[in-house]
Amino acid sequence: MSEGLHTQEVSRDTRLLPKCAAIVVRDLQLLVRRPGQMLQILGFFVVVTVLFPLGYSPELGKLRLIAPGVLWVGALLASLLALEGLFRDDAEDGTLEQWLLCGQPLAALLLAKTAVHWLLTGLPLTVLAPLLAVTLGVSIEAAPGILLALGLGTLALSLIGSIAAGLTLGLRRGGVLLSLLSLPLAVPVLIFGARATELVIQGDSPTAALYLLASLVVLAITLAPLAAAAAVRIGLE
Amino acid sequence: MGWAWFHRFGSPPHLYRLAGTLTPWFAWPAAILIVGALYLGLFVAPPDYQQGDGFRIIYVHAPSAWLAVMIYAVMAIAAGVGLIWRMKVAHAVAVSCAGVGAWFTAVSLVTGMLWGKPMWGTYWVWDPRLTAQLVLLFLFLGYMGLRSGIEDLGRADRASAVLALVGVINLPIIRYSVEWWNSIHQAPSVMKMDQPSMPMEMLAPLLMMLLGFSLYFGAVLLVRVRAEILRRERSAAWIREVLS
Repeated sequence: MSEGLHTQEVSRDTRLLPKCAAIVVRDLQLLVRRPGQMLQILGFFVVVTVLFPLGYSPELGKLRLIAPGVLWVGALLASLLALEGLFRDDAEDGTLEQWLLCGQPLAALLLAKTAVHWLLTGLPLTVLAPLLAVTLGVSIEAAPGILLALGLGTLALSLIGSIAAGLTLGLRRGGVLLSLLSLPLAVPVLIFGARATELVIQGDSPTAALYLLASLVVLAITLAPLAAAAAVRIGLE
Repeated sequence: MGWAWFHRFGSPPHLYRLAGTLTPWFAWPAAILIVGALYLGLFVAPPDYQQGDGFRIIYVHAPSAWLAVMIYAVMAIAAGVGLIWRMKVAHAVAVSCAGVGAWFTAVSLVTGMLWGKPMWGTYWVWDPRLTAQLVLLFLFLGYMGLRSGIEDLGRADRASAVLALVGVINLPIIRYSVEWWNSIHQAPSVMKMDQPSMPMEMLAPLLMMLLGFSLYFGAVLLVRVRAEILRRERSAAWIREVLS
């Protein structure tokens, strides 16, 4: 990519927000026409959660104790599965290269794409989590807290994962590597998220853990798109 | 003038020769310090009144744990230099750090486990520092995994450099979150050793060992950098002159 192309005016409308909105609309349309991927990821989350009562114990009292861990590990793995396809299709059909050339900051465009990705995977996972929690013996009153914790947590996971997805762009065995790269980085999210969920389930106030989780999200929104943009640039060379 | 000395590091033949000259200056003090510290630590230092002779494992454990973190920092700085100034030898330095760093992390984990058996009664406790060290090992392995996954050398250099920088921003967050997680789960473990209250004959070998291990890392890094430069520049003309 020569530097000259970056500064060249390619389209007449040079405002950033309409471009981001167009990305959001396009990705949402793609999903409506092909809902399979999202449903598979939700199915994966359900199956993983159901395996725990089968493999551990059907007693709700016991399951309630491990419910935060089960929910978070399930959500973490499900969102990892979803990340594999985050940039792949767009890299294969040349969309990402056009983004590089369009004169807009790549980080902002990738942030828009990651936000849609969260809307399509993180948000459904979050909505599903309180229902799955009920099958683990958690009362439905804990639902608002679980929704908040998982909503913030999956957003941070999507952002962290976008870096790893950019780094593994174009690798043949990217899937396993993607997990190896993003899981250590996701440790703080897991710790604060699971802690908040645990407090909610016990009926305590999860405020402190939620604040820490929210600060991680703010940090991730600030820095992750820049790192992801650097990674995508390298991946497309 | 001014920055010329810095830019000279960018030249592979220059760095190759410099690393060769410097290696003994790191290796010999390292050997002397480590042997001396081993003698002082194992024979001269008195046994701990609580832990007996078991505490002596700290002379290997603590320096390697400290070095593991330091090597990650060195790797990230080298990777950052390589990314910002497009300096190829900086990437060679970063690559050479990864293996040594992963090994020191593993050594600190294994010695921590060996120390844990007599002290805690079990090989593994989810102690915050042990856990953070385990995550550090995964970061090193991820770095090496990413490198081995990308065939093109230039791409592997830059992609892994981005990962190292992301990791170095995350490392403090991981350490503090792990400590916070554990401190609310269980009472502080017996590991709370007050460093200042350690008597001098116990502390001196530890500091010597720390310096010795650091110099050892310097020596190993220089040798590995030379090997990495040879591998990367194998078709260059100056290599034939140097090796003949």
